[in-house]
Amino acid sequence: MIPSTIEIRPTADDGRIARLAAAAIVLSVAEAAIPLPLPGVKPGLANIVILIVLMRWGWRDAVWVALLRVFAGSLLLGQFFAPGFFLSLAGQTSSLIMLGLAMHLPTRWFGPVTLSILAAFAHIGGQLALARVWLVPHDGIFYLVPVFALAATIFGLVNGLVAGRLLRELSPPERDAGAPAVP
Amino acid sequence: MSRERFSQGAALLRPGDFVTLGLAATVCVLSMLMLWRGGAPDKVVIRAGGQIFAEAGLSRSQVFEVPGPLGVTRIEIEPGRARVASDPGPRQYCVRQGWLTRSGAAAICAPNEVSLMLGGGASDYDSLNY
Repeated sequence: MIPSTIEIRPTADDGRIARLAAAAIVLSVAEAAIPLPLPGVKPGLANIVILIVLMRWGWRDAVWVALLRVFAGSLLLGQFFAPGFFLSLAGQTSSLIMLGLAMHLPTRWFGPVTLSILAAFAHIGGQLALARVWLVPHDGIFYLVPVFALAATIFGLVNGLVAGRLLRELSPPERDAGAPAVP
Repeated sequence: MSRERFSQGAALLRPGDFVTLGLAATVCVLSMLMLWRGGAPDKVVIRAGGQIFAEAGLSRSQVFEVPGPLGVTRIEIEPGRARVASDPGPRQYCVRQGWLTRSGAAAICAPNEVSLMLGGGASDYDSLNY
């Protein structure tokens, strides 16, 4: 066999990111099966994983896991390059930017719940902005803002609490360097 | 940045989290109030004897004195609302309606043939019948 000239050696980091992204993808696929009254109102369970990654391994890893989640999740759901994919990407991007800023808040005062709620609001913000510009070029779309805001508050709170609880359960990062921190 | 600081035995809900929650709830309530108000009126139409007597914006305070067969009906306009302040009619229904604040709302002083109606915005009603 001709040896390949390209050699890809996955590092331990790559393996960990892949495992965490897989967990996030599983959650978004599972959540797609939950019937919900309004498109766009979703629990966003994958954000639990992203929050944990952010708090344990930092923003860079969270970006990787989140974007892998968006791309692979939409591939699995048959939504790749459909409007839903772009909405998801816009929401995820703005929520990652928000997380990147919010993670510098003093952790003595602000825990995972704050990060989760802020990320949820950034998520709907990004989605609504893209939807307004591209899909529904009419201000009528803002009629739904209260619904989205309420969903972001509730699901942000719940996801933040779950993430905080799981972070507490997990052993400190030094000891589980090899083991997946997948809930 | 240190990663351990997150997993220190800090409370699940920290003081700032309640602030964030409060802000989020405020955003919810404010957005409901602002976006679901359903048609704030922006003008009033005053009719006398079936003819339009005056049309005015609802942005500043003013008083109209509308003559009718029984006497003068006084109509008061304030920013965002309007009312019939006094009317010579016997039963005073239109006066007792008080301030009108919704688009499409109307006060009709039938004996004096004067009516007051709010319009503009997204009206809650197409028409009203008494």
